[in-house]
Order: sequence, then structure tokens, then C-alpha cells
Amino acid sequence: MVEVSGLSKSFSDRKRGLFHAVDGVSFRCEKGRIYGLLGGNGAGKTTTLRMLATLLKPSRGRATLEGFDVTEAPDAVRARVGFLSGATALYGRLTAREMVEYFGRLHGLRGSVLANRVDSLFASLGVHDFQDRRCDKLSTGMQQKVSIARTLVHDPPVMIFDEPTSGLDVLTARAVLGFISDCRARGKTVIFSTHIMREAEKLCDVIGIIHRGRLVDEGTLGDLCARHENPDLEEVFVKLVSGEAAA
Amino acid sequence: MKVLRQIRVVYLKELVDILRDRRALISMIAVPLVVIPLLMFALGALSFFVMEQARQEQHRVMVLGGEHSPGVLTKLESLDGIVVVPEEGDHVDRILRRDIRAAVRIPEGFETAVDDERPAGEVTILTFEGDVKSNLAAGVLRSFFRDFRDGVVERRLAARDLSPDLLEPFAVDTSNVAPPEKVTGSTLGGVIPYIVILLCVTGAMYPAMDLTAGEKERGTMETILSSPVSRLALVLGKYLVVVTASIATTVLAIGSLGAMLVFGFSLLGDAADTGEALLALDPLALVAVFFLLLPVACLFSAALLALSVFARSFKEAQTYVSPLLLAAILPAIAATLPGIERNATLIWAPVLNIALVSKEMMIGTYDWSAIGLVFATTSVYAMLALVIAVRLFYRESVLFRS
Repeated sequence: MVEVSGLSKSFSDRKRGLFHAVDGVSFRCEKGRIYGLLGGNGAGKTTTLRMLATLLKPSRGRATLEGFDVTEAPDAVRARVGFLSGATALYGRLTAREMVEYFGRLHGLRGSVLANRVDSLFASLGVHDFQDRRCDKLSTGMQQKVSIARTLVHDPPVMIFDEPTSGLDVLTARAVLGFISDCRARGKTVIFSTHIMREAEKLCDVIGIIHRGRLVDEGTLGDLCARHENPDLEEVFVKLVSGEAAA
Repeated sequence: MKVLRQIRVVYLKELVDILRDRRALISMIAVPLVVIPLLMFALGALSFFVMEQARQEQHRVMVLGGEHSPGVLTKLESLDGIVVVPEEGDHVDRILRRDIRAAVRIPEGFETAVDDERPAGEVTILTFEGDVKSNLAAGVLRSFFRDFRDGVVERRLAARDLSPDLLEPFAVDTSNVAPPEKVTGSTLGGVIPYIVILLCVTGAMYPAMDLTAGEKERGTMETILSSPVSRLALVLGKYLVVVTASIATTVLAIGSLGAMLVFGFSLLGDAADTGEALLALDPLALVAVFFLLLPVACLFSAALLALSVFARSFKEAQTYVSPLLLAAILPAIAATLPGIERNATLIWAPVLNIALVSKEMMIGTYDWSAIGLVFATTSVYAMLALVIAVRLFYRESVLFRS
């Protein structure tokens, strides 16, 4: 379970002064559900997810994952979350197996428990054939499989995906989306960000539309389309975003 | 316990990672183990051969006014090491063009005046100061005229039935009482700590940049920060790898240089003395210098880590660490200067204090309270630098700089 309440993040830099990247975002995602954050570039998706993964500290507001507060208990949160984004690369000089085992060890796994866990993950993801190859020698699709194995090695109850299909070919992207769907089937809480309407339509139980750091609307695909009297999510998105822009 | 386990996991992973990096292997192992000793050997061998060649060469020398002293001229022409050339053209210009290496001006009527026991004036040797071959030619001329003068004095004393002892009633001699290790320590005392300090920094440089700025550049920083490893364990794991690299580079390079001096120069005959001189160094001093190397390696590793984590890319990190290299080298060079010695102020100066105390130990002076103080202050500086590095790892504005 993930609960977010009034979450805000401000940055200060010379060019822009005080800048509100995320401004009072609130949402909730139950076990076995996928919550999608849909927004354009710079909308605040990555900053929101980085706060949930405890990489950034919120300026205001609160977020809990499995009951643990991201500010007060970041270690406990990280132990219960798997975080995958375009910026979470692999260690190129480690083999696929060494990479996943390294993260398993950091999560406190060791010995036969770790070996069995990695074996079962590699079997389900089809990594065994290239497990002893260095990560920098793997194709993008293979790398994505190793990244997924890395996020799952400690079997976390919460999964956070920040634009996970960005830069992937169609087949690899399909495999990643299938994997996210599997996570829901296995009862995990999934937070997923994207700017691709089809992905949100296909996967998300609840969609939150984020623009300029604020959640401008939220609901199931049916709710959103009905509320804005348009069957096309893209049209709904454009209407909400341009309305915000005009406001 | 959990933090210690995490430090160990991070350390082992980073060590494997860095040892698989070709660039790291070149900077940490190939350069200190092979390139530096080979370069030093090549330079040493080259200067040795050049000097040998210069010594064996017959240097062209012009005699000015030789026609008035034919006896002296004949003797000069028969000397080994010089060739007398005819008196033609401007001798100064020819010396400056290195056409001739030196000239000697003999006053008019020199030979007659010497024979008549009258003041014969001044013989002037003209050289190109700083030119090795000119100095060698001048040395031959100086030696000839000194022997010539001694011979004249001896003949004059003999003609008066006087003993040569009249001119030299007693002898003056200098005798070295210092054991070989102290003599060598005095010669190499400043140089060895300088080399050790320089190697400490260069050994730590590449891994420090790779494990921080390099990690940001490759996009793995976000991956590791999303894991449950504490920032403290992450920094300490990386830090220990940098310290290991710094010490390994220094030990490898010093060992390799020592071996090169001892075995390599023995191939060159006379220059084998250099290798033997190194062997004559006090082993206790060497052990003590390596002991003092530990806090220096810790200090540089922490400082480099703090500077590099601030950078967004490897290239940017290189710009930041270059001034640190200078900051390390300048005090080390200052310590090699003869006039600079430890005092109440300099004992607190980072790097310089280590270099000065090491220099003292190389000549056999062990002031244990000063050694302890320098070890402690450098450890405190290292700790402060490490605290800064750890704090930087907690700052979002540093880790997610874009």
C-alpha cells in the first residue's frame, strides 16, 4: 500500500530561483493495483517517484509505503521497494549474475538463499543464458531483464517504475509491460509513470494526470473519460493540461 | 554490524569493478609498476651514456697567445681529452656556437717570464658555463696548468735546495664519519617522501573519480541509492577502495623503482653505486615512511572523493582534482629544499609536515613525539575530509546535480 498526502518538492537554482517541481500531490494505491502517473516532460513524475523511492526528501507533505514514512524510515522503505527508471543503469563491468547478487547482498540475502533466489528470477526472466556476460556487452533488452531481476531480488511488496519503456524497442517494451502486469497479479503495489497514453490505458487501474507538479485529475480510465465526456484519454489529457496552462 | 557488512559488500564489489577497468589498471598498476621505472631507467641510462660519451670525446680547444709559449703549446697539444685547434676567428663566438668547447689565453711572454722567475701574469680559461662538454674541456686545461705550476714551484725549490714541505707544512683532509645509510638518507632524504606523496595522490585519483563522478555519468548512482545500503556504508566502501588503490600504487611503484635502481643500474657499471646506495638506506626509516604514508593516503583519498562526487562527469572531476594535485606536490617539493626544516608552525601544515618528518627520518633523526603528532594531525585532517565526503553524499544538490 502506498499513501501520498500533499507531497511537495521545491528546488532552488540561480536561473529559476525557487522552483516547485512537485506541488501538493496526493494519491493512494492499494495492494494488487497499478497507479499510473501520466504527464509530459518536466511534469514532476520523476521527482515524485524519486521521493517515494527515498532518493529525494520531500519539502512538504507525507508519503508512506507499507506503513513506513519516506522521511522518517527511509531504510525500511528502500528495503520494501523495487525502483526501476531510465536512470537506473547497470554496472557495465559486472556480469548479470554479479549485478543481481550484489543488490541481493545489500538487501541482506546471502549464501544458498541468495543463489536460489537469483536462479529462480533468472529462470522466470530468461537470463540464465547470458548470466555470466558483462552487463556492458548485453543488448538493451537483456539489460532491461537484468534490471528487472535487480529490482525483484528482495521480493519487494512495492514496485516503482519511472518511464520503464523509454528508449526500448516494441518487443522489449511489451515484455516490460507484461512484467508490470505480472507484478499486479502477484499482489504487489505498483506505481508507474509514463507519458504514453496507450500504456496508461492498458495497464493502470487508476490514472493520475500530473502537470506542472500538480495532480490535475485522477480516476479510472472510465471515470476520467466519463467526467470529461470524451472516450479518448489523449483528448482528456490535452484538455486538462491545456486548461491548466491557460489557467 | 549491518553497516560493517554493507561496507564489506560495497568494498568487494567496487574492488572487482575497478580491477576490471582497463584505464584503472593502467593508472594503478601498469604506470607505477612498469612505465615510471622504465622512464626513470631510460632517463638515467641516457644521461649516463651521454656523460660517458662526453668524457671520452676529444674536446676542441683554442689556445690564444700560444705562439709566445711554444713549450706550453706543445704540451697542451699532447694532452689527452682535448684537441688544440688553430687560432682562427672570434673565439667567443666559436665557443657560443659550440664549435670549440673552451679557449685558454696565455699572456705574452709567459714562458720566458716563468723561466726567468718573473711574475708571468694570469692564464685565463674561457668557457660556456652550464655546458657539460665545455666544463670537461676546462677541467682538462685547469688540471694541466695546476700541475704545470706545481712543477715550476718544485723545480724552483729544488734549485734552492729547499724541501717541497716548506710550502705544505701540514695536510688538510676530510673524512666521512657518517655510515652509508645516513649518507644516502641525506642525499635522498627529501626525494623519497616527495615520490611517496606524489604516488599516493596519483594512485587515488583515478578510482576516486571513477567511483563517484564516473558512477553518476554511467547512471548507476541512482541505482545504488535506491538500494537499502546506507550512504555512510556506501561512502566508506568506496573510500576504502580508493585508499587501497593509493597504497597499492605507491608500494608497487616504490618496489619497482627500488628493483630498477638496484638491478637495472648494475647493468651500467659505475652507476651500480646508485643501486647500492639505495640498499644502504636505513630499513627502519623506510618502514617509518610507509607507516606515515597511511594517513597521507587516507587524507588524499577522502579529499579526492569529496571533490569528485561534486562533479557531474569524469571530465568535470578531472578539472576539480587538478588543483589538489598541485596542492599535494608543492608542499612535498618545498620539503626537499635544504633550508626548510620542521618548526612549531610547519608541524601543523598538511602534507608538508609529513614530508619534513620523513626527511628527518631518512637521515636517522627519530623525534617520536613529532612523528606521533604528524601522524595524529594528518589522521585528523583525513577524518575531516572524510566527514565532508560523507556529508556531500547526503546532499541531493550534489548527487543529482544536472
